[in-house]
Amino acid sequence: MIVAVNGTATEVPEGATIAGVLAEMKVPSAARGVAVAVQGEVVPRTEWVTTSVRSGDRIEVVGAIQGG
Amino acid sequence: MQEPLVIAGRPLQSRLILGTGGFANHDILAAALQASGAGLCTVALRRLDPNAGSILDVLDAAGVAVLPNTAGCYTARDAVITAKLAREAFETDWIKLEVIGDDRTLLPDAPELLEAAETLVDDGFVVLPYTTDDPVLARRLEDVGCAAVMPLGSPIGSGMGIQNAYSLSILIERAGVPVILDAGVGTASDAALAMELGCDGVLCASAISRAHDPVVMARAIAGAVEAGRLAREAGRIPRRRYAEASTPDAGLPDLDVAGPKAVGAE
Repeated sequence: MIVAVNGTATEVPEGATIAGVLAEMKVPSAARGVAVAVQGEVVPRTEWVTTSVRSGDRIEVVGAIQGG
Repeated sequence: MQEPLVIAGRPLQSRLILGTGGFANHDILAAALQASGAGLCTVALRRLDPNAGSILDVLDAAGVAVLPNTAGCYTARDAVITAKLAREAFETDWIKLEVIGDDRTLLPDAPELLEAAETLVDDGFVVLPYTTDDPVLARRLEDVGCAAVMPLGSPIGSGMGIQNAYSLSILIERAGVPVILDAGVGTASDAALAMELGCDGVLCASAISRAHDPVVMARAIAGAVEAGRLAREAGRIPRRRYAEASTPDAGLPDLDVAGPKAVGAE
């Protein structure tokens, strides 16, 4: 199925979890400074391994940059 | 020894908070951070680039705490979600709340700001809102439970210093929470003036990061914050319309050439 990861259409297997999507991006699941929102709602780090994504989901993966 | 700035019960290492935006690279940021003596630094959240080095490594190495911001948010809803993402990412309840209302001036959107502040306070955040120099809005932000207020001196990155010292001084006089000047500093004297007016701290990014020599400017502004604080505590003299001699007139010698001869002189 296709999901949007940071605005880019991405093929992921059926039943893929947030943790799986992050692994595809080469982001370690313990990475500090990383947060995830699906369809505009924050998914807590503790739920990354249990939260499955659905076809068409907008997944935003954010990290720290200089600013402010 | 000067008393530390305390926000939400937490003493900060310095009255200067460093904004990390605008530094050419992480090495210059690290050097400026050390020169500034700051113990708290802002960071922003954007779509993750897995190949970019993490600014958190720089901040961890320097031993400074992170103050995430909601820069780029134009609605209360976006700001609240960004704050929640920041809480997940950085494991801190502290948030520098920015809700912008205009993309040229980057001035705060007062109604959206107040709504976001109230929502985040209710959700347990320690909210430090970037606000205008309006004393009434600052009071409203304090009333909904913000831990500090961060008024601008002039627009973000403008370097125009404090444009309305009167309004800022009234805001400070009425505030029951720490006041941190959050935008407009262009050089050291602006930071000193903020502290002399009674600000509890200064947040500075562009004036340092975009200076010709950011590391030296970090030292200059850190010194200015300290000098301004000392001057405030020491108490400045009142302004007068005319001069007031600092040397007394009493005891001036008579140096007249053509004056009358003194009694008893030949």
